[in-house]
Amino acid sequence: MSIVANPAETAELARGFGDPVFDAQRSFRALLDALARPGLQQHAGDGLAPPAGLMPASYAIALAMFDADTPVWLSPVLRITAVTESLRFHCGAPLTEDPGRAAFALVAAGDDPPLDGFAPGEDRYPDRSTTLIWQVPDLDRGAPIHLTGPGVNGSVTIQPSGLPSGFWNQWAANHARYPLGVDLVLVSVDALIGLPRSAAAHAGLEG
Amino acid sequence: MTGADYNFAYLDEQTKRMIRRAILKAVAIPGYQVPFAAREMPLPYGWGTGGIQVTAAVIGPDDVLKVIDQGADDTTNAVSIRRFFRRMAGVATTEHTAEATIIQTRHRIPETPLAAGQILVYQVPIPEPLRWLEPRDTETRRMHALRDYGAMQVNLYEDIARHGAIAKSYDYPVLVNGHYIMSPSPIPKFDNPKMDRSPALQLFGAGRERRIYAVPPHTPVRSLDFDDYPFTVQRWDECCALCGATDSFLDEMIMDDRGSRLFICSDSDYCRGRQGAGEAAE
Repeated sequence: MSIVANPAETAELARGFGDPVFDAQRSFRALLDALARPGLQQHAGDGLAPPAGLMPASYAIALAMFDADTPVWLSPVLRITAVTESLRFHCGAPLTEDPGRAAFALVAAGDDPPLDGFAPGEDRYPDRSTTLIWQVPDLDRGAPIHLTGPGVNGSVTIQPSGLPSGFWNQWAANHARYPLGVDLVLVSVDALIGLPRSAAAHAGLEG
Repeated sequence: MTGADYNFAYLDEQTKRMIRRAILKAVAIPGYQVPFAAREMPLPYGWGTGGIQVTAAVIGPDDVLKVIDQGADDTTNAVSIRRFFRRMAGVATTEHTAEATIIQTRHRIPETPLAAGQILVYQVPIPEPLRWLEPRDTETRRMHALRDYGAMQVNLYEDIARHGAIAKSYDYPVLVNGHYIMSPSPIPKFDNPKMDRSPALQLFGAGRERRIYAVPPHTPVRSLDFDDYPFTVQRWDECCALCGATDSFLDEMIMDDRGSRLFICSDSDYCRGRQGAGEAAE
């Protein structure tokens, strides 16, 4: 069986995983480690050539986790053919305009959607919530933020840059709704940091 | 049946993605039971179908798997699950707790302290700790949502009123991260303190009941009790007859029909390790 396609259209299409089974497993484990140990950097997407607009780690997460069961919301900068066609072709994921219906959201730096627009889950089903994959310029050069909570041994410091002003107030409101709330993965190139809703963030001084 | 006829780790990729998404939500909401579409597995319910699906979704070719059943590596359930993954995933297996990256367990936590980076996968028969107090799932969900946990405390209090102590000795309910009450699966309450702030990631899979839940590393896990009736674990007057351990969970063995008995470690790897160390020292 061969897939016949118009070359002009396939030019837009980025390649998927070289080894779908094992690359998906490795990417998932990086994501699992990131959310189980908030604040510690993990790596995914090494060697991937993502479509324009996506970073290797966010593309790896998309290939590993998205499918027909997961409505995906794209921030405006990412609503370009290169991204939408790759996600449709490799993942078969439906794209949604409504952030409140999204299982996953891919966010480009600068688009800065408000966290409370996404699905926080329901009282009896807090798992029905959005996981945001948020791309930032880097994870080491921003103002220090201290995280505490499950998965953190005491406290851990992260320094992502490129998040909008007032972001950590939004995060505090998200955390305050626990067990409701969105989960966040900060991505920079092939590095990622997990911030599950259970993580409390404090700016400034330790503690 | 050979492993080559199946996808890596038996499950198809879409099933793995579905289970993986459930695991991620479980990790983000410690102690909350995430529903998932459990698949039929090539072994009956009650033999670890939930744990196997969690392990299959997590495991990779670089992992080293250990499987225990009631602490032992050499019992039927442990042997067959270990063989299943050797065939279906081609992964290395071990009986040594410290060498394993993933440990699937039925009803025990190893005596050897777990380390950061290890994943403990529990096989869970009844994931809902409130099930014996309230049979309706709609109600137990409401109770969890409102943290309406008075009935559980009353249940423990009734034990004290009847027996003078909390009589529950296994599947002893815990409070995770100060929020959800969780069933630790039927591990002896002796093992409950090992869950508290463990550096390992703990994942729980219930196949028949279709639930996955998790305790991330370094998460507070408190066994329920009362100020005047604090939680305590089992103690034995005897030591292990094989290795002399006084700090491990002991199984009672009936030796003959005249009532003589022996106590030996339930954790076979821990016991063998101590026997080996003892012989080396002699």
